[in-house]
Amino acid sequence: MNTAEQITRRVILAYPKFISGQPIITGLVREYDLEVNIYRASVTPNEEGYIALDITGDEEQIQDGLEFIKSFQIDVNLTMNSMLWDENKCAGCGNCVPHCPTNALHVIDDRSRKIDFSRDRCIECLKCIQNCPFGACSTIF
Amino acid sequence: MKTYEEINKKIQSGKAVVLTADEIMDYVDDKGLDQAAAEVDVVTTGTFGPMCSSGCFLNFGHTKPKMRMTEAWIDDVMAYAGIAAVDVFLGATQLQHNDPANTYYPGDFSFGGGHVMEKLVAGEELQLFALSYGTDEYPLKELRTYFTIDDLDQAIMTNPRNCYQNYNVAINCSDKPIYTYLGELKSNMKNLTYCSAGQLSPLLNDPLYRTIGVGTSVWLAGDRGHVYSEGTQHGSDCLRGDNNVPMEGAGTLALTGDMKKMNSDFVRGVSLKGYGVSLALGVGIPIPILDREVLRHCTVRDSEIFAEVIDYASAYPERRGDIVGRLSYAQLRSGSVDLKGKKVKTGSLSSYSKALEISELLKDEIKRGDFLLSQPSQRLPVKQGTTPLDVRAQGETS
Repeated sequence: MNTAEQITRRVILAYPKFISGQPIITGLVREYDLEVNIYRASVTPNEEGYIALDITGDEEQIQDGLEFIKSFQIDVNLTMNSMLWDENKCAGCGNCVPHCPTNALHVIDDRSRKIDFSRDRCIECLKCIQNCPFGACSTIF
Repeated sequence: MKTYEEINKKIQSGKAVVLTADEIMDYVDDKGLDQAAAEVDVVTTGTFGPMCSSGCFLNFGHTKPKMRMTEAWIDDVMAYAGIAAVDVFLGATQLQHNDPANTYYPGDFSFGGGHVMEKLVAGEELQLFALSYGTDEYPLKELRTYFTIDDLDQAIMTNPRNCYQNYNVAINCSDKPIYTYLGELKSNMKNLTYCSAGQLSPLLNDPLYRTIGVGTSVWLAGDRGHVYSEGTQHGSDCLRGDNNVPMEGAGTLALTGDMKKMNSDFVRGVSLKGYGVSLALGVGIPIPILDREVLRHCTVRDSEIFAEVIDYASAYPERRGDIVGRLSYAQLRSGSVDLKGKKVKTGSLSSYSKALEISELLKDEIKRGDFLLSQPSQRLPVKQGTTPLDVRAQGETS
């Protein structure tokens, strides 16, 4: 059993047109012993595609796995979710809150009642996009 | 007892004591009503939410040769041109030309009149397309040009119904999701939506319209606007609690102001899936503390303001009077409520954080001496109902 500290990274993979059809996620599981949790995927032959997923394993396994992915010319983004929340467009109404199943979008405190977004909790269900009256939520795919 | 003149003198000399509707509650608890009424001059209120009965009159100036526009579109959103030559009225809920609406239900309604108003106030460039049949003195028949708000002679926001005193809480008791002007309501009472600034809201702090009336100066999206009339559907003769606070819709205000001086943070286009477009607007109203009773009404808390929960799948569309229950805004803001033995998640379309920001901005303006109060020239009707529309045959009397 792997005793190294297990960490989870949110990863957005951007597939170039020519790569779809390769069993890349399977490789992460079989070759690098990583646990993957795919939130959303849109990978179609002859089109650019995206996968939003969490990868869990120890730091070294994750780094090796990401290098493996990059070897297919896939762009790896570790700094964002595919769901984007624009704080400047958010009017703070809170209409999104009951529609967000994981409380990623939540009221900060009872006094100011401002809204904040915790990207780690977001499972990219995209319910917020159709429920934001002000267009503050969007997705890259 | 204080007069408007006395309060305005204190504002001009920079000595006025001004508190927000949020601050006044604890202040009165601490000092007592009599001492607080003697000390405090103004309480500032605020609200920010969708206000569908909003729009603007725009004057474009004359082209060469001249044109009497008979049909006009701004960024493909139709504006009403049945007034003088180069004046139009743009309404907040007007859809963009070719929007499929609910053809592919539920529609997205991504752009409309409210969004055009936001772009105007933000100083962005817009497209005007206009048609005319042509007359001897107005020969031009077609026009396409681009403009910003700075190119217009006037851009006067004119809103027949803003600042609803209280509002329905919407829920869905049916077994299918529905899409309403209060957002998506999941089946079988899984969520509800409310829409009021509650304890910060202007007319909930002046429930009997003692200080807010025709002629009252208001903070309208950063500009100094005013109340020009009672609002449409003003229904002050309603069910009220012990504190005179309405438990249902009740009073409304008709507001106007100069869009050239507004801040686009408080004029925001709204898209409601499956319903349509609208405009969310920020309004702040100062309440002069003329006496103890005026102040007492300003101390109202969310726990003392109740709203009716209405089934938007059947009772609302069928114009029935039955309600699912009554909840206080303190309960509604808690995130979830118990209703008929079910745990229901709550959401809001009115922004409390923006309402608070507005009440603080208005407080700062008054303290700086930049915003004087105006005495209303006419009180809003206190006992006035609304009339439903019955469909009848020609010549038939009810």
